[in-house]
This record gives sequence, structure tokens and C-alpha cells, in this order.
Amino acid sequence: MTDLLAVRNVSKSFAGVHALDDVSLTIGRGEIHCLAGENGSGKSTLIKVISGVHAPDGGTIEIDGTSHKRLTPMAAINAGVQVIYQDFSVFPNLSVLENLALTSELAAHRKLINWRRMRRIAEEAVAKIDFDIDLDEKVGRLSIAEKQLVAISRALMSDAKLIIMDEPTTALTTREVDALFRIILDLKERGISTLFVSHKLEEVFEISEKFTIIRNGRSVATKRPDELDRASFSFYMTGREFEPAHFNAPADSGPAVLEARNLGADGAFADVNFSLRRGEILGITGRLGSGRTELALSLFGALKVNHGEILIKEKPVVLRGIRSAIKHGIGYVPEDRLTEGLFLERSIGANAIISEIDNMLTPLGLLDREKTRTEAQRWVDELKIATPDPENAVNTLSGGNQQRVVLAKWLATEPEVLILNGPTVGVDIGSKSDIHTILQDLAREGMAVIIISDDLSEVIENCSRVLVMNDGRIVAELDPEETSEAELAALMAHDESEEAGVQR
Amino acid sequence: MSVFSTASVRMRALAKDPQVTRLAVILALLLIFFAAVRTPSFVRLSTWQSMAVQFPEFGLMALGVMLTMIIGGIDLSVVAIANMTGIGAAVIMLSIAPPGSDPSQAVPAILAAVAFSLVAGALAGMFNGFLVAKIKIPAILVTLGTFELFTGIAVIITQGKPISGLPTQYSEVFAAKLGGIVPMQLVMFALVVVVIWFLMSRTALGTKLYLLGTNPTAAEFSGLNTVSLTVRTYMLSGIFSAVAGLVMLANYNSAKADYGSTYTLLAVLIVVLGGVNPNGGSGRLAGTVLAVIVLQVLSSLLNTFPDISNFYRPLIYGGVLLLVIVMNQWYKPGNFARFFTRKG
Repeated sequence: MTDLLAVRNVSKSFAGVHALDDVSLTIGRGEIHCLAGENGSGKSTLIKVISGVHAPDGGTIEIDGTSHKRLTPMAAINAGVQVIYQDFSVFPNLSVLENLALTSELAAHRKLINWRRMRRIAEEAVAKIDFDIDLDEKVGRLSIAEKQLVAISRALMSDAKLIIMDEPTTALTTREVDALFRIILDLKERGISTLFVSHKLEEVFEISEKFTIIRNGRSVATKRPDELDRASFSFYMTGREFEPAHFNAPADSGPAVLEARNLGADGAFADVNFSLRRGEILGITGRLGSGRTELALSLFGALKVNHGEILIKEKPVVLRGIRSAIKHGIGYVPEDRLTEGLFLERSIGANAIISEIDNMLTPLGLLDREKTRTEAQRWVDELKIATPDPENAVNTLSGGNQQRVVLAKWLATEPEVLILNGPTVGVDIGSKSDIHTILQDLAREGMAVIIISDDLSEVIENCSRVLVMNDGRIVAELDPEETSEAELAALMAHDESEEAGVQR
Repeated sequence: MSVFSTASVRMRALAKDPQVTRLAVILALLLIFFAAVRTPSFVRLSTWQSMAVQFPEFGLMALGVMLTMIIGGIDLSVVAIANMTGIGAAVIMLSIAPPGSDPSQAVPAILAAVAFSLVAGALAGMFNGFLVAKIKIPAILVTLGTFELFTGIAVIITQGKPISGLPTQYSEVFAAKLGGIVPMQLVMFALVVVVIWFLMSRTALGTKLYLLGTNPTAAEFSGLNTVSLTVRTYMLSGIFSAVAGLVMLANYNSAKADYGSTYTLLAVLIVVLGGVNPNGGSGRLAGTVLAVIVLQVLSSLLNTFPDISNFYRPLIYGGVLLLVIVMNQWYKPGNFARFFTRKG
């Protein structure tokens, strides 16, 4: 029997950059396969090639024995390829019923709506995976796991042969992960293949039958799980030997610069207590929706707190907004640098110096252009931003270099506390380790740093202390030197209601 | 434009800016056509003087609209602010120096009127800015609403009738010809242009406004005071509109609630034609000024053809506006190709 999917020697470049270079991948019928790679390794591009979104520059894609030279999204769906993205592409304002039935209604070019027929279609769809759900509930009100099941049901409606899932367990609790895996195994029984996309070993390790690991757009290894362990996996992913390095804070670094006492914001987090001293790097980790981002925003004055207090240098303060937080010496590198951190069309220089521009005036109150120019150049040199000219727009830079520009903007304010939310998301490996070095150096010079991240190795290697958040609360405080990534992952995914025996 | 470039780099950048180049070419072609088909009026000084008296009215409003569009908003209330403040100025002038009063009353009357109109323009703009930045209503709705509001105030003050009988000294100053040649209206427009150029390229405010227009969220996260920046921008627009009101007062020697009713569309048209991105973040003063001149020359040229009545003007303006928007869309990289390749 032939393989279900065979990607042979596919290459794809964007603007001269090789996103995929001679990549091959085969998936058998009913096989559970994991495509692993770091951020920026080419995973997403490969998925988009398989689903017909990007046309490859070279190579072939064979689905079910049929070779496709130019695959379109429609052709891919007709051939049985379904992709479930991280956001699930569901319509939150519509009901489960509408989400499930509308696609097929539209595909059938029906002009009038027949609710009875739509209900029947939706019932059949959820029955396929024994998914017990109120069809009239708005999808926006479902939990993440339920939304995912809606997406899976929808994918299965159109006679899928291969389901591609992008980081499917990132936001699920252990119990929900188990439920998902049962469904995947059930699909396997029916001959439907699954391709997981992941950048973490522990995510889908127990269920995957084969791993394809890609790095910098090339396939570097295809292995069975028993041929892989943590060290070899991370070597394939990063190309570096796995060396568990740790960052140690100075033993005595004086009083706390930032302290949270019983801090809480309604609907986001509650009872948060911690203190941060100079020279420390505090890690805060947790799954998506654990309250980690809301906590960061509160510390930066961007989200109102309802309970508790924040102390800066042992004095209680009320952060009335972002500007007040900045005045108190807090800097924040946001989660999404494209929408929150950068002015993409403006110059690197303008982006880097905007926070200190008011200190660059001549005695008459005009901009001192010589000063702005030298300052921009200084940041480009200091953070090794790869650009021929600080005058260039920020959108000419790679992700890693863009992140350095955001860092420059904050370092220019000379903050005492720097909070970074996902400091290396979407950053290439080289820049990632550079950014880590920069952060550790800053801490050694006396800055207090908070890294908020769900990248476990990042947290363990760079932080002197780690707080784990789960469901809006801090559930553990750990010493990274004595904690493994697996333990950390278990704490993050731990389902409180499970232990208490509460049924949802 | 950017604060980081040297003068020579900026000159090259200006020459390279496709929109500015296109406008310069269009202006040159228009002038050549004008000179060829209407040579007598082209060589007459009075043709150019009457243009220079006319365009500052809507040119000043366009400059205000430009600033608001650079920060991603729009100001549709410019005409209403100009009329309202113009009427206020006229009322004050008449109450201090009614017709037949001593000529020595005229100077304090004019000073008080000018001061009032500028302050009222600033307050009206502040009100716009407050609603946009603080209450967070889309600028297009706010300024559409205040357009009606300010016009309404103007109508009530005047009972819908024109106010005239202003002291003659007013037009002697504001409609003067400096050296017998250069109209005062043009001088006022030029002054405002210099002020804006200075603000946008030589002060921190200019850089901040461009950044705010590029990405308001990032501006907020970078600690910029976005509320104050927005309020100040609408205030500037209000002040420039008030200056436009003073120019109209001098040109018509009277004030009325519905003067310049076509200027709203015209001002927006000019700014878009000048290459300002309606989504904010980019736009050049040079482009807007060129666009003002292009439209004035086009309008004066149309006037010399008796067969083309004024009725055609909205049609021509609307057509030009849509054409420019479509062209700007095409000139974005890849868009032109997509226009042809996209078939289902």
C-alpha cells in the first residue's frame, strides 16, 4: 500500500530566503506523525505547502498516490487534507450548529437555510467523535478544548484522510489532552492519519509514531520515538549540544524593587504574591489563559487590578496607566511585537529612541538631529541589530532583529524592572541565544528582570526563580536548577478540578 | 521628513517619493496645457492673484485634515469651524466697532475678533480631540457630528443670514496685496505651511505623531501620551480652520453659516491626492501643498471654459478622488499584478 502523503524534495523561498530547502516527509495511512522544529524552522511553511496555500518552488506533493505539481487549497481539501490551526478558525459569534453546518451548506451552493437539515448535519458531525455538546451554544463561550473538538468535527465532515494539528495541546489540561489523544487513536483505527506540528518534545511524544524534525528549512532527521531522547531531540531541533546551563542571581542583592501582595484582577488572576530583587531573573510560566499575560499587563499599568497592592522599592504605588508604570522604572516588552511593540513602517532609529526622544532636544526645544542619529546608531551597535542603516524601516528586519529594536526602546528608558512577555517567540535560534545573553548581562548589571514564557527550556536556563501559574493563581515556586522541564510541564497542565474530583 | 536624515538625503527622498513626483508632473502638464490653450489669461498677473486669494480658504482646511489623517483620524468639521469662528469674529467686530462708529475703534475690534476666532477654533478642535481620544468614538463620526453642531451654532447666531458691514480696515489688512503684488491670504497660508513643516520635521511632536498614526497600540505601549497628542492634533486643525475662516471673512467681506459648503470634500480630496495614507502614519506636507495648487489651477482652468458650468465640478472632483485612491492602491507592490491574476 502506498503512503497517504509523500512530500518529496520540496523547496520554497520568500524574497530569496530559503524557508524550505529540499524537504521530504512521508505519512502512512493511519499514522500519527509529528513534525517538530523550532520557531522559524519552516514548519508552518511546510504545512502551508501541504495544504495548498503556498505553491512550492520545486519538488512534488503526492496525496493518496496522486501527484500534485500545483496544489490549491481547494484541491488539498478535496484530496482529504484538513488543517486545524491554533486559533481553530471557528466563528465565535455563531453557534456550534452554524459553525459545523455552514461550510457544507455554502459548498453545496444552497441559497436558503434549512435549519432541520443543518441540525442533522451537525449532529452527525459531533457523533463521529462522540462529542457531547449543546449544538445551540455560541462557540465563543466554549472552553479551548471544546473549540478544538468543534474544529475536529468540522474537519472530519469532509471525508478527511489527513488531519494536521498545529500545536494542539498548548492550551489544554492533562485531562483534556488525554481526551484528545483518545480521539486521535480512534481516528487512527479508521485509517485517518494525523500530523502534529510542535516545537516541544513532551507535547505529543507519547502518542506519535514517527518524528520528522526540521531545522532552518531542511529535514534533519526522521525517527521513531524509541530512537529519540531529550538530548538528541534538542540537538536535532537546535543543532547545538544540549547543555543545561543555569543563571544564578547574586546571593544578596538588597531589598525588593518590585513586590506584589495579594494582587488580583477580576476574571484574570488572584492572590498573586512575589517579590523581585535587583539582579534577579524571575520566570513566570503557565499555559495560554493561565493569567500570565494579564499579570504582566497589570504590573505595567495596562490592566486594572482590583485587589491587593504593588510595591516599588518597598513603597506601595498605584499604577494609573502605562505612563505611570514607566515613571516608576518599569519596562515591558509585549507579547506580540508586531501589533504592540513596533512601528513597522517607521525607521529603526525612530523605533529605538521614541521612549527617550524628549531628552534629545536642543535648548530651544527642537530635536537635536545629531543626537538622535548617534543614539540610534549606538543602539544598533550595542544590540548588534543587523542593518546597513538605522534609517531603514523596521519591517526590513528579521524577527530576531525586530525584537532587539523593541529591547533597545526599553533599555533606553533605563528601567529598574524589565518585564518580557515571550521574549523569543518567532525568533531564530541565533538571535534567541543572543537575547538570552543580553538579559543575563542586564541582570548581572543590577536590573531586575521578569521573563514570562511557556518555552520551558528558556525559563529553566535563564531564570533564577520560577513561578508557575495555573488558572489565574500561582501554584508553585521552583528553583530551576532542581526542576526538569517535564515537572514544570506537569505543573502547568495540572487540572485543579480533576484532583478535587469535580466534574465539569 | 524623518528626523534622522541629513538635508541632502531628505531632498533625494522627496524627489524619490512617487506621489510627490507624480503631482509635480501633473502640475507641470496642467500649466503647459493652460499656457497653450488660454495664453492671454495665463500671462495675466491677476489670474494668479485671484488663485492665491482663493486657495488659502480650502488649503488651510486641508492642512488641518492632513494632520488628523497622519494620526489615523480625519476632520470633517473644518468648514463648520471656519464658519462658526468667522461668524463669531464678525459679531465681535461689529459690537466693538458698529458701522458708522469712530475709525479708531477698528483696531481693537479687529484684534479682539482675530484673537477670539483663534481661541474658538482651538477649543472646537479640542472638543473634537477629546471625543476621539478620551471617549474613543471614531473620528469620522465625531467630526461629522461636530460639523452639524458647529454649523447649527453658526445658523442660530446668524439666523441663517449673512453678517456684513464689517469695518473696512479688516479687509484692508487681510485682503491687502503686499508690495502691490502678493495677496495677504497667500502669506497666511505660507506661514501656516512653515509652522507645520517646522512641527513635523524639527520637533519631537512630529515624530510622535507619525508613530502614533503608524501604530496606536504600540504608541500606547511605548508610553506616548496618545490622548494629549490626539487632542493637540485636532486643536491645530481647529486653529488652521479658524485662520481659513478669517481668510473667508476677508474675501467675502461677510460671514455666513453655509459658506464654502463644498470644501469638506475638497479638503479630503486634496489630502488623499497629496499622498497621505488615510489609515495614518504617512504623508508629506509637500504632497498636500502641491495637491492644493493642482486643484486650484484645475479649477481656474475650468473657469476659463464657459461651456463647462459649475455643475460639473462635483462630478470632476469626485472622479479625481476615486481615481487617485484606485491609483494609490495599484502602486502598492504586487497590487497591480493581483488585479489581473485574481480570477476566482
